[in-house]
Amino acid sequence: MEKFGFSLTKARVIDYDANDRSIVSYILEREPSLNLCIECGCCSAACTTGNFTGFSLREIHILLKRGENDLVRQKIRKCMLCGKCILVCPRGVNTRNVVFLAKQAFTKNEGYEF
Amino acid sequence: MNFDPFIIPFNIGLYFILIYAVVRSVIWFRELSRPDKLRLQRGFFGKAFGQSLKEIFLESLIHRKILKSNPRLGYMHMSLAFGWFLLILFGTIEADIFGERHLNPPYKAIFFKFFSPDHGKTFFEASYAFLMDLILAFILSGLVLAVTKRFFSRVVGMKKTTKLKPLDKVALTSLWLIFPSRLIAESLTSGAYGTGSFLTGNLGAALASFLPANELAYPFWWLYSLSLGTFFVLLPLTRYLHIPTELFLIFMRNSGIRTGDKPGSFSEVEVHSCSSCGMCIDVCQLGFSAGIHTIQATYLMKGIRNSDYIHDIAHNCLMCGRCDQICPVGIEISPIRMIVRRIEENDRVYENSWNGYFRNRLNVPAPKQDNKPSYDFLPAPVSKKADVLYFAGCMTHLTPSIKKAMVKILDASGLNWSFIDEDGGACCGRPLMLAGNDREARELINFNSQLIWKSGAHTLVTSCPICYKVFRESYYLDVEVLHHSQFIKNLIDEGLVNMNFLQKRVTYHTPCELGRRSGVYEEPKEVIRHVATLEPTGYDDENSLCCGGSLGNIMLSHDKRRGIAEDVTARLTANDPDSLITACPLCKKTLAQATSTRVVDIAELVAEAIADAPALKKNPSRHKKKVVRESAASL
Ligand code: SF4
Ligand code: SF4
Ligand code: SF4
Ligand code: SF4
Repeated sequence: MEKFGFSLTKARVIDYDANDRSIVSYILEREPSLNLCIECGCCSAACTTGNFTGFSLREIHILLKRGENDLVRQKIRKCMLCGKCILVCPRGVNTRNVVFLAKQAFTKNEGYEF
Repeated sequence: MNFDPFIIPFNIGLYFILIYAVVRSVIWFRELSRPDKLRLQRGFFGKAFGQSLKEIFLESLIHRKILKSNPRLGYMHMSLAFGWFLLILFGTIEADIFGERHLNPPYKAIFFKFFSPDHGKTFFEASYAFLMDLILAFILSGLVLAVTKRFFSRVVGMKKTTKLKPLDKVALTSLWLIFPSRLIAESLTSGAYGTGSFLTGNLGAALASFLPANELAYPFWWLYSLSLGTFFVLLPLTRYLHIPTELFLIFMRNSGIRTGDKPGSFSEVEVHSCSSCGMCIDVCQLGFSAGIHTIQATYLMKGIRNSDYIHDIAHNCLMCGRCDQICPVGIEISPIRMIVRRIEENDRVYENSWNGYFRNRLNVPAPKQDNKPSYDFLPAPVSKKADVLYFAGCMTHLTPSIKKAMVKILDASGLNWSFIDEDGGACCGRPLMLAGNDREARELINFNSQLIWKSGAHTLVTSCPICYKVFRESYYLDVEVLHHSQFIKNLIDEGLVNMNFLQKRVTYHTPCELGRRSGVYEEPKEVIRHVATLEPTGYDDENSLCCGGSLGNIMLSHDKRRGIAEDVTARLTANDPDSLITACPLCKKTLAQATSTRVVDIAELVAEAIADAPALKKNPSRHKKKVVRESAASL
């Protein structure tokens, strides 16, 4: 048969279902208010750290829920726990505890590197 | 008669507790840091010693602080502690004077009646017996209160009483049995011999009229000895250890030893000194406004003593300091809570290495930390030269009206000032510290310190009490740190700003971090009185409430915060003031969401009262006038 140089490429869909949700479930168990987040981004707009970098708490929340733990781990330590995000959040998410618990999950649980 | 087998339980208990006390004291002393050891040694041979004795008398025996804030509860503690002390003291004297010989072993004094049953016949003996009866009646009245408190805590004016563990219950029962069994034993013996005073004598006579008093007395003497012995043996294992440790605590504190930020002997002594009096429970807003009844100081102390898992207790606290303020033993509760938080953040696997953590914690392997900087994205610090620096802080940036007011005040003062974080700076670091992340906080502290050093300023003004506290306590700065209320007070004193008096009735909410945490009470009130009519609220100064927004609590949910804020605003606006004044941007933000009364920061109030500054830039003719005035002044 004539070869035209075509081949089947591997699917490039990102399969989020294969991701590890252990961090987000660790957090949700202790801080269920994360479920209330509507990803509106008010927290990111007010953020002290966001003033210096591209750090965004909204992004962190999305990444957490998707199980993109490596990305979360790289970013999360930039938060200064200053608490501005709590005051602006329209949904009453206890954002500082989400950050606190995420850091805890990385530093204290076996199997994760911080 | 010199000996009887029934005294054996008492003797065992007594010598056990004495040996235990010596061993424990030596261990605690050995574990003190070197400087603290020196302090304690100096304290023992100096003025501090007299002070300690006085304090022991007033606090451990009379319970003056409890008596002041809650007379009925105070009476209960006083009658048990002071009464027992008197009973031992006068019992020893009694045995010494009336006994067969002088200098008796302790049991002779405690069971004096048994060994000298016919004592009390002569007039002098009888009046002494009257005194002993009076003391016993005094103790028993307190005991009645204590027993009722256990079942109906409102009797002594408390809303909640502490919960007990099983061993505590046994110790409590034996403590309760001591005095009634003494009463009955003494009464029966008195009844049989026709001695005793108004209490034991009359009761004894009544009992002896229909009972074989002499035979019945013996088992009660056994019971008395047994309950004493049991209580002494259980003492080190239960919360009653607080009785001897409190004495130790008083000596240590008067020698100048403080809790510090690492676990050690002193914090351990403090933890064991908690008498579970429960006064910290009643003042805690998390209890009475948010329905959280598990985290109060007494449970923290209990959790540490029992080596429980206390993550939630340590973190679910507003750090408002109301319990520190009320604690009659003077335990530095918040520093201890901070130690727990810090230890936990610096420890990797907390669930299984929790046991005996005050002792072993420092030997536990370090957590997984790469010690890479967290905030290396911060730019190189550059700052303008100025005399006065203004640091707004994160929270003030969220409340721009305070920022604007401060800019107006600083401009009106005519000082050479500069705004460090005008475009939004780094956090001061205190929120991280409150969460136990000291290493990260140090990075922010270094960054801000450099900004401040480089400006060459002599004064640093901040609008946020949280920043104020950390600047003063955790930064190494050679500038004068002022909260804006203090700064404005100085401006007023020096006549640098002119203000109108506003026809307003206001109340003032003291922020925790400014008031109880930093001791700034008067300046804000004086500033307010300068421009408006300040009315008392019943929650002033040390008794002020927390707004509920505290960053000290990382776990509290939004709804509970809101509940606390609503409760607080309701109390502070009870007499319907025109505005509720506060001195903290976080308080303002939290309180404003919970009330329809206008919540105003002290800086805004002052800015409103400043005579004519806002027109300066817009109205050139006024500007000219000012120039004229200035040149007139320079002539
Ligand atoms: S402000 Fe609140 S709801 Fe909006 S993205 Fe942030 S956490 Fe979610
Ligand atoms: S607490 Fe963290 S995420 Fe929230 S505003 Fe502050 S720096 Fe940003
Ligand atoms: S911590 Fe202080 S106030 Fe609270 S129960 Fe103990 S002694 Fe009483
Ligand atoms: S510091 Fe305040 S919130 Fe925390 S336990 Fe004490 S009174 Fe309650």
